[in-house]
Amino acid sequence: MSAAAERISLAPAAVKRRRTGGFWHRAARHVMRDKVALVCAIVLLAIALSAIFAPWIAPADPYKTSMLRCLLPPLSPKYLLGTDELGRDMLTRLLYGGRVSLSMGIAPVILATIVGGALGVTAGYFGRHINMAIMRVVNVFYAFPSVLLAVAMAGVLGSGIVNSLISLTLVFIPPIARVAESVTTQVRNQDYVEAARATGASAGRIIVQHVLANVMGPIVTYASSLVSIAIIISSGLSFLGLGAAPPLADWGLMLNTLRQAIYVAPVNAVLPGVMIFAASVSFNLLSDSLRSAMDVRA
Amino acid sequence: MRKREAGRGTRHKFRWDNRMHFYVLRRLLYTLPIILGVTIVCFSFIHLAPGDPIGAVLPENASAQVVAEIKAAYGFDRPLPVQYLKWLGRVLGGDFGTSIMTRRTVISEVAPAVANTALLAVTAIGLSFTFGITLGLLAGFSNRRVTDRSVTAFAVVGISVPHYWLGMVMVVIFAVLLHSLPATGMGPAGTNILAFTGEDISHLILPALTLATIPTGVLARSVRAMVAEVRRQEFVQTLKGKGLRRGRIFLHIVKNAAPPIMAIMGLQFAQLLGGSILVETVFAWPGTGFLLNAAIATRDLPLLQGTVIVLAIFFVLTNLFVDVLQTAVDPRVRRA
Repeated sequence: MSAAAERISLAPAAVKRRRTGGFWHRAARHVMRDKVALVCAIVLLAIALSAIFAPWIAPADPYKTSMLRCLLPPLSPKYLLGTDELGRDMLTRLLYGGRVSLSMGIAPVILATIVGGALGVTAGYFGRHINMAIMRVVNVFYAFPSVLLAVAMAGVLGSGIVNSLISLTLVFIPPIARVAESVTTQVRNQDYVEAARATGASAGRIIVQHVLANVMGPIVTYASSLVSIAIIISSGLSFLGLGAAPPLADWGLMLNTLRQAIYVAPVNAVLPGVMIFAASVSFNLLSDSLRSAMDVRA
Repeated sequence: MRKREAGRGTRHKFRWDNRMHFYVLRRLLYTLPIILGVTIVCFSFIHLAPGDPIGAVLPENASAQVVAEIKAAYGFDRPLPVQYLKWLGRVLGGDFGTSIMTRRTVISEVAPAVANTALLAVTAIGLSFTFGITLGLLAGFSNRRVTDRSVTAFAVVGISVPHYWLGMVMVVIFAVLLHSLPATGMGPAGTNILAFTGEDISHLILPALTLATIPTGVLARSVRAMVAEVRRQEFVQTLKGKGLRRGRIFLHIVKNAAPPIMAIMGLQFAQLLGGSILVETVFAWPGTGFLLNAAIATRDLPLLQGTVIVLAIFFVLTNLFVDVLQTAVDPRVRRA
């Protein structure tokens, strides 16, 4: 009897050991074990926190100008990173700049993931005419080079944060929709979807309960790889004068206004780009790690 | 005997057979609606823009009657589909209208700009193909961790660097500090490559290097990944087992990794044509990006439309060409 009981009690233990945490848990643990990704996460967290708490930790007022102390070089007394062309403290403005620049990198990707994901999943699940109708339109927007579409849309709509958010979202919807469509097309013919259909579940229920659960991973992973590009393009729009309007602190806009001073104060002019670069590299490596974490499952 | 065996198995003769004709025709047909869609998007620009489409040409105190007359003269009083078809008819005939800014025809503004951008893009893509493929092969074939890691790191930097900022850094280093290269503009020869002098080349170096960073990173990374993947396949073991020389094995691997790399190269080139806007702005390079910027700054919608259409159609056609080329080279794609 004891032998039989042992055999029975062994089985659930073995199962338990294998099922530690869900899919996202495992992915998160994989990312945490990756040292490069961990460093990137810390860098991003530092940038994000310093942007959020900028009003409390910044050494100066980001909008206070002074003609007396403009374009001071970095490491000047009282101004750690110098001042910009209007005498505003660079460090303060770089901290504040993260608020606009980071949100403008993340928000369009989130919006595009929602819209593009919905379009792609709908197209992939229903197939046939619905697929054709949706994907035809998506492919038209996919036929523009991404930077060109962003600049043209922002240029047509007029400069401003909202308009550049709209144009960036528009740029990222097509690639996400295409990924969502192709993943969903693979999932919709799986046995468990067939089984759900056989039990009489409605299309909406199948999509939410069975399809989404299985396509979210790839879609989110793909979308995360776009954040770095989004930061670069959105700062690029501000750099062209199409995004944030002065005197708002934004890394791209700071590059734009300081560019005129490039011969006088080259280090100051180049500084905001370091922030864009740091954020974009970190997002890129983090999403790489996420991708390899996802592949572990497959 | 050994010589004859080497590599014969995987080699195939490329034939432009009937199936290929059919494929190209199908791809062409598939491209047409996309180009049509692109023109619809560009047409809608005029109506997406805030304010009246004729605002730029109206005097400020125009009476309602004058406004109506001008609207009728431009055809803005007609229903949208009619307006679109009329406009499309003109565009197909190469007439993109007149630039509001310069009063010259849009096509005469866009054509030289496209040539300038193409010169820059071709130079940049040449640089990035050379560097990217070399680095990728180096990392893919190297068994040393250091080489692999450093190429990967370089590639990640190349992909995530904001290229307009890199351009500024280059200007700071080479123009401001070293005084060795010009910071902005184009040499006196323009796009006439035959008349190129040292000065023209020196103007081209910085923008081309800047523009080349992204594709170099992308290529290095994908070549490395593809080579590593092919190297793991079983046929490589077989080749090693039958005692093939390393150079031969190298050729086998490269051949198998080539088709997807070619597709990536084509895509990168296409992206460069449209993506040079920011770099052109940094270096005041008189290309399409510069023109687009000027059109936006002066709200010159016909010029903006014309530039975008030309670039987008270039993009679509390049993609088409890449697809066809890939199918021609790789028989597996055709079979699928």
